[in-house]
Amino acid sequence: MRARWHILVVDDEEAMTESLAAWLREDGYTVDTASSGREAIEKARGREYAIYFVDLKMPGGLDGIETMIEIRKLQTEASVIVITAYATVDTAITAMKEGAQEYVVKPCHPQEISLLVERIIRVKNLERENAILRRKLTRQYRFHDLVSKNPRMAEIFDLVREVARQRSTVLVQGESGTGKELVARAIHYSGERGERPFVAVSCAALAETLLESELFGYEKGSFTGAVAQRKGKFELADGGTLFLDEIGDISAKLQADLVRVLQERRFFRVGGTNEVAVDVRVIAATHRDLAADVREGRFRDDLYYRLNVISIRIPPLRERREDVPLLAQEFLDRLSHELGRAASGVSEEALRILMDYDWPGNVRELENAVERALVTCKTGVLGAEDFAFLARPGAGSPGLSLPAGLTLQALEREYITATLRRTQGNIKAAAEALGIDRSTLYEKVKRYDITR
Amino acid sequence: MLGVAAVGPAPALVLSAMETALGEAFQLPVQRLDAIEEPARAFAPARAQWSSTVFLEELLRRVPPGASHLLGVTERDLFVPVLSFVYGQAQLGGQVAVVSLARLRPEFHGLPPAPAVLARRAAAEAVHEVGHTFGLVHCRDHRCPMSLSIDLPDLDGKTATPCAACATLLEGSREMRRARARTEGGRR
Repeated sequence: MRARWHILVVDDEEAMTESLAAWLREDGYTVDTASSGREAIEKARGREYAIYFVDLKMPGGLDGIETMIEIRKLQTEASVIVITAYATVDTAITAMKEGAQEYVVKPCHPQEISLLVERIIRVKNLERENAILRRKLTRQYRFHDLVSKNPRMAEIFDLVREVARQRSTVLVQGESGTGKELVARAIHYSGERGERPFVAVSCAALAETLLESELFGYEKGSFTGAVAQRKGKFELADGGTLFLDEIGDISAKLQADLVRVLQERRFFRVGGTNEVAVDVRVIAATHRDLAADVREGRFRDDLYYRLNVISIRIPPLRERREDVPLLAQEFLDRLSHELGRAASGVSEEALRILMDYDWPGNVRELENAVERALVTCKTGVLGAEDFAFLARPGAGSPGLSLPAGLTLQALEREYITATLRRTQGNIKAAAEALGIDRSTLYEKVKRYDITR
Repeated sequence: MLGVAAVGPAPALVLSAMETALGEAFQLPVQRLDAIEEPARAFAPARAQWSSTVFLEELLRRVPPGASHLLGVTERDLFVPVLSFVYGQAQLGGQVAVVSLARLRPEFHGLPPAPAVLARRAAAEAVHEVGHTFGLVHCRDHRCPMSLSIDLPDLDGKTATPCAACATLLEGSREMRRARARTEGGRR
């Protein structure tokens, strides 16, 4: 089983390279050798080695540390063991600082090398096993790009599968960042229309006239700048799905136009005289309470009823907190790959912070938070300190509700208590969030007799 | 046939114990060959040790026509450049191997001489190094001669009989098929 692990030995002295390679082969590993830093980097480009043994002093070109830095740029998860005949504390510290996993002085005891490699490989085996299990777990809770183990989300997945087979209009409601477009895409790609186009339009992003020509297209000369005929999104989505995001923000005129299209499946291009017929499934989405808008006369009831044939309401993330670890790991896996950062997990302390946070920006905010933490993370695991920004006022935490007649001191006590609760009693994170140093926070905790 | 040769002086009783263990472990005829002269160029004054790689080079030149493998046995303390010492060295999947008796002797570790202990350790190491020439790699079973045992208590826990897993690998190995074919050919 060890043969599947590849090791590269890099040393300018052939006798060293060959003796170490021979020893590791007797241990059952597949071993390559390189006689210079450049050759090692070339080899690293062509194959992923689990472990690199790199000699510290190599004459001409790259030395051991430079070689290690280049290798780690290519393969962030590679383990580098620096070997040297000239051991000093300084070189050892430099090597470790630059990312060497171990530092070996040659000649070394025969068992030292074997035990070292075995220990690293054992960890790599566990990491690999962990990644496989995590992927299995995510697959279990995955539906297209949606990941959840929440029972209400499971019902939504079932509903999506059901409605994917039909052409009925669907209204997806949920707070910003809950993944309304992902649900719309899941409906589209689960059904027969999956091979046809999925066209998304954000209704809030465009002015009324622009939105009209965007949706229905226009004829040449219909307005200044219309130098040629252009198809609108309805036509582009023919045979497929048109996703109208932020439908609650469209004007009264467009509401009227949409009622007609949904009813007759035909429309006029702007400035056109010929009707265009389309076969489009419409999925609309909004973060607004459309029923309330209808009651208050801001949204046409006939359009509401046509859109709301099938209604899907996505719960906010704070109502499905069990998904937070799953989603955090999902984002971490994807983003660490995209950003080239080697973080493998989220610490328990950090997870508690994530679970306790209210996520007003929902899944999108969680994704951004993981990305931000990943950028600042200095170890292989995202810790509480990497998420300290979540506790800062104005970073998206819900507003304080303040009873009347509170003294300034009582307010300070309440706020410190709330912050400590959010950071799970972590003084460092709380002090950072409050913008004071730790000793001041300790003093206040003592003065106000706050239990952490 | 597996050939065994002392490289320089080596006690006959220990050589016999090694030959018996090799015969039983590999089920091949074992033959004592004439002693070989120590390769003087193997000595490294800076380390006051002998290069096992040079020993292997010398042994490669001495493999007799009828032998599939040759094991050299020396009293010298052996080393490879990257390690402080080795009990022996072999060509993985090759023809030759060498075992050093120096550190197998109890007296090297400040203990009274014990010929039986030396013979038992030497037998296990002989099977270990010759096992490498048959393509076997280190085994996790601490009682198997193919396990990597450096410290004395571990070394003394080894037997000279390959574990079931190593025995199976040995039976299926290309090197063993070749050795058997060579032995059969020699008999005819």
